[in-house]
Parts: sequence; structure tokens; C-alpha cells
Amino acid sequence: MADTLNRIKKIVVDRLGVDEEEVKPEATFKEDLGADSLDVVELVMELEDEFDLEISDEEAEQITTVADVVNYIEGQQS
Amino acid sequence: MNLSLEGKTFVVMGVANRRSIAWGIAQSLSNAGARLVFTYAGERLEKNVRELAEGLERSDSLIIPCDITDDHEIDRAFREIKEEVGTIHGLAHCIAFAKAEELDGDYLNTTREGFHLAHDISAYSLTGVAKAVQAHELMSEGGSIVTMTYLGGERIVQNYNVMGVAKASLDASVRYLANDLGKEEIRVNAISAGPIRTLAAKGIGGFNEVLKEMEERAPLRRTVTKEEVGDTALFLMSDMARGITGELIHVDGGYNKIGM
Repeated sequence: MADTLNRIKKIVVDRLGVDEEEVKPEATFKEDLGADSLDVVELVMELEDEFDLEISDEEAEQITTVADVVNYIEGQQS
Repeated sequence: MNLSLEGKTFVVMGVANRRSIAWGIAQSLSNAGARLVFTYAGERLEKNVRELAEGLERSDSLIIPCDITDDHEIDRAFREIKEEVGTIHGLAHCIAFAKAEELDGDYLNTTREGFHLAHDISAYSLTGVAKAVQAHELMSEGGSIVTMTYLGGERIVQNYNVMGVAKASLDASVRYLANDLGKEEIRVNAISAGPIRTLAAKGIGGFNEVLKEMEERAPLRRTVTKEEVGDTALFLMSDMARGITGELIHVDGGYNKIGM
């Protein structure tokens, strides 16, 4: 869990230019972290590369918070 | 005759991020010694382009905005290029757009507005840019214009829809522009790249399945990279390709040759 969260944090900080403290599990990408639609697509692609998985459009639409990403990725890996 | 672009300047339009095919082209041209001019669409992408350009070997890249939906904006951008660099030796046009909802399902669902938008940005922009290059007497004899097209303009590709129709228009534009500009020894060609995981491609329905199909069925049994497309663009920009114009070159591992 901690490792997954840290890897996600690094990508989010890198892509969105936010501070690491802001990337809390309950933070929403659009409202709290200021991601626009292009950011979201870029994030999805970075996550797919980092964790070697495919996130479909339908699945991506269900993801709104940092915790959603952690849960999704851990669910795929288990 | 060789592939060196030392002492030459090239315009690259359409870099969005490090995955962009335009970025692959920029890297190949830069590695061959070229000076680059980047144009970007909107402030949203300026930061990405600046960061990427900083990583190039040469630090004298010019980076300017160019909204290709507006003729005045195109004119302003190319006037600025004329003032800054004087002469260009080639231009890579890597620009396309369609509404995401029209890149999924039936082509029949295309709206008049969506049709216009896709054709304006993805096809007319090449002609608009070529006009500006002409008007400002920007390109030297032996110059080369390269645009990016896709198989969906020649054949049915599921979900590609209105973008395929726009690419067919782009392909035809390449031939007519080749005829017009050929009088001045300027060449115009298109590269039809196989599917590559770019920001733009992510907007096309079922894109991951398209990549799998390439890996299974293309003669090379793999997808292609933006670096491979970049190197083909380098060839087309160089004097090595001086006899080639109006052509569409597939960089797709041979996928377009497959029948059943």
C-alpha cells in the first residue's frame, strides 16, 4: 500500500506540479489537484506505464480521488 | 548527399508531450544537427514544449504559439518565424483533432459541426500553413514539408470515423500541394504511422485493441515507435529524398499490406 501510494504520488507531483503534501488519499484530481481533461489522460498513461497495466476509458471515468487509484491498482495486482 | 541537417532550420508543429510523434520527429532532426522552431497550440501546451526543448542538444530552439484554426494567427506566427530565422528548410505538420464522442461507434453519428472541425484542424491546416510559408517566402529551394496521416484515411479502421475522412482529405491535399510547390522544388509528403500510444490516440475508442492487433498481425509482429517515424521524417527532410514528392510512406511494420 505505502509503496503503491508513493509511486502514484511521484507521478501526480510530476505531472500536475503540486506539492507532495497535497496528494492525500481523499484528494480529488479535478477539484483538489487542479487537473484538466488533458492532465487526466496524461496521468492515466503514466500510471499504465508505471504499473504495466491497462486502464480502460470506463474504468478511468470511475477514478476521482488518489485513493481510487491506489485501490484500482492494488486490485489489479492482487 | 547525406542525412546531415547541419546549418538547416526546421519547423515542427504539434508537440503536445514527450509521447508525441512530433517530438520523435524533433529528436531525429535535432540529432542530425538541425535547428528547430516549435509551434504549439495554446498556453496549456507551452510548458511541455519548453521543457522538452530544453533537453535538446542545441539550445537555440524557437518556440512560438500558432493557432492553426485562425488564418491571421498562422500569418502572425510565420511572419515571426521569418523575422527570427529568415529561411526554413522543412516543416513537419503533426496536427489533428476530432471530437472524442465521434471517434467511437458509427461514422453515421458524425455531426456537420464535428465534420467541419475535424477537416479544418486536421486537413485544411496543412494548406493554410503551406500558404503562409509561400506568402513569407520562407522555404528554400529543396525544402520539404511532411505531414502525418493514418491508414484510416485509406481503409476502414473501426472507430476512426470522421478522422479517417479528414485524413483522406489530408492525403489528397498532399498531392495537390506537391504539384503546386513542386514548381519551386519544394516537396510535400505524408507519413502514415502505425498506431502509437500518444495523447491523441488515447482518445480513439478501443485503441489498446488496435495495438494488440498490430503485434499479432503486422509483418514485423510489433508496433512502431515515434523514433522510427522520426527517422523516416529525417529521411524525407534530407536531400536523400530529393526525388520524392506527393508520396505517402507507411511506417507501420507492413500492417497496411495485410489482406486476410
